[in-house]
Amino acid sequence: MNQVTGVELIKACSAIGAGLAVIAGIGPGVGQGIAAGFAASAVGRNPGAQGAIRSTMLLGQAVAETTGLYGLLVAILLMFVQPLAR
Amino acid sequence: MGSYTLAATNVDFMIHGLFQYEVFGQKLWITTTHVSVLIVMLILLIFGLVVKIKVSKVRPEDNPTGLVSACEILVEKLDDMVISSMGEKHYRKFVNYIGTIFAFILLSNISGLLGLRPPTADYGVTFPLAIITFCLIHFNQFKYQKVKGVIAGLCDPWPIWAPINIISDFAVPVSLSLRLFANVLSGTAIMALIYALLSKFAIIWPAALHFYFDLFSGAIQTYVFCMLTMTYITSAIGEEN
Repeated sequence: MNQVTGVELIKACSAIGAGLAVIAGIGPGVGQGIAAGFAASAVGRNPGAQGAIRSTMLLGQAVAETTGLYGLLVAILLMFVQPLAR
Repeated sequence: MGSYTLAATNVDFMIHGLFQYEVFGQKLWITTTHVSVLIVMLILLIFGLVVKIKVSKVRPEDNPTGLVSACEILVEKLDDMVISSMGEKHYRKFVNYIGTIFAFILLSNISGLLGLRPPTADYGVTFPLAIITFCLIHFNQFKYQKVKGVIAGLCDPWPIWAPINIISDFAVPVSLSLRLFANVLSGTAIMALIYALLSKFAIIWPAALHFYFDLFSGAIQTYVFCMLTMTYITSAIGEEN
């Protein structure tokens, strides 16, 4: 087994950090599910307003998604740009 | 240590420089993003010219057919979308801007289908779009609420909250652009990973993923960008609406 250099250690830790960063996806997943569930019950109560409910749901889901995307962005930066291993 | 080659080293979805030039001693690059943006704008320009020629040949008493009627449906849908979120009174002023960014972002997002790197997967493209929206928001805020209304809006619950309100104002373009950028970039990254790591098995089924990441996700994000732009501008116009 060869000696592990500093850069390789940083790269390995970056990969672990990227994995930890995408845990942020849990929150938007739950939030989008709740939004979709309430939208479904709203359509059940008032089928006539389906179009308005759908656009409102998509807008809310997209805003909720942003926090998860920040985590994903950090993961992509750590994996492919590797700012720490320079 | 060269024996431990990472499997992901041939994954490539980054921006490439094609041509270098110098401005005032500063080295700048013409990148793949510039090329993609030019191609997208060329497609939109040709489409617009063709539609203009077709429309100018139509006589008013005829029923519109083919491309002309399709474009009429598109314009009607766009008007409906803008009216439903901005109201009848103000929509005329903003429908052209919303239509322009809608067409540009939609075609940019789905340009992955043409084999291009989507221009919106570059933060240098999405941030200016958000900056334009930011300027529109604050221009209309000053125009309709006057300086007094803007200051009252900044000191919303109490004057102590003014710094927090300013920060939340400046967070709008950042979150708006990062949302679009990260969505498109994640799709691009996943497609690049699949093509690089599963290259032997990526025969026909990636088409389904292209459908999801390029068409569905791209259309949703375009819609969301435009809806959020309209929502922010409407709230900047204020109670007068």
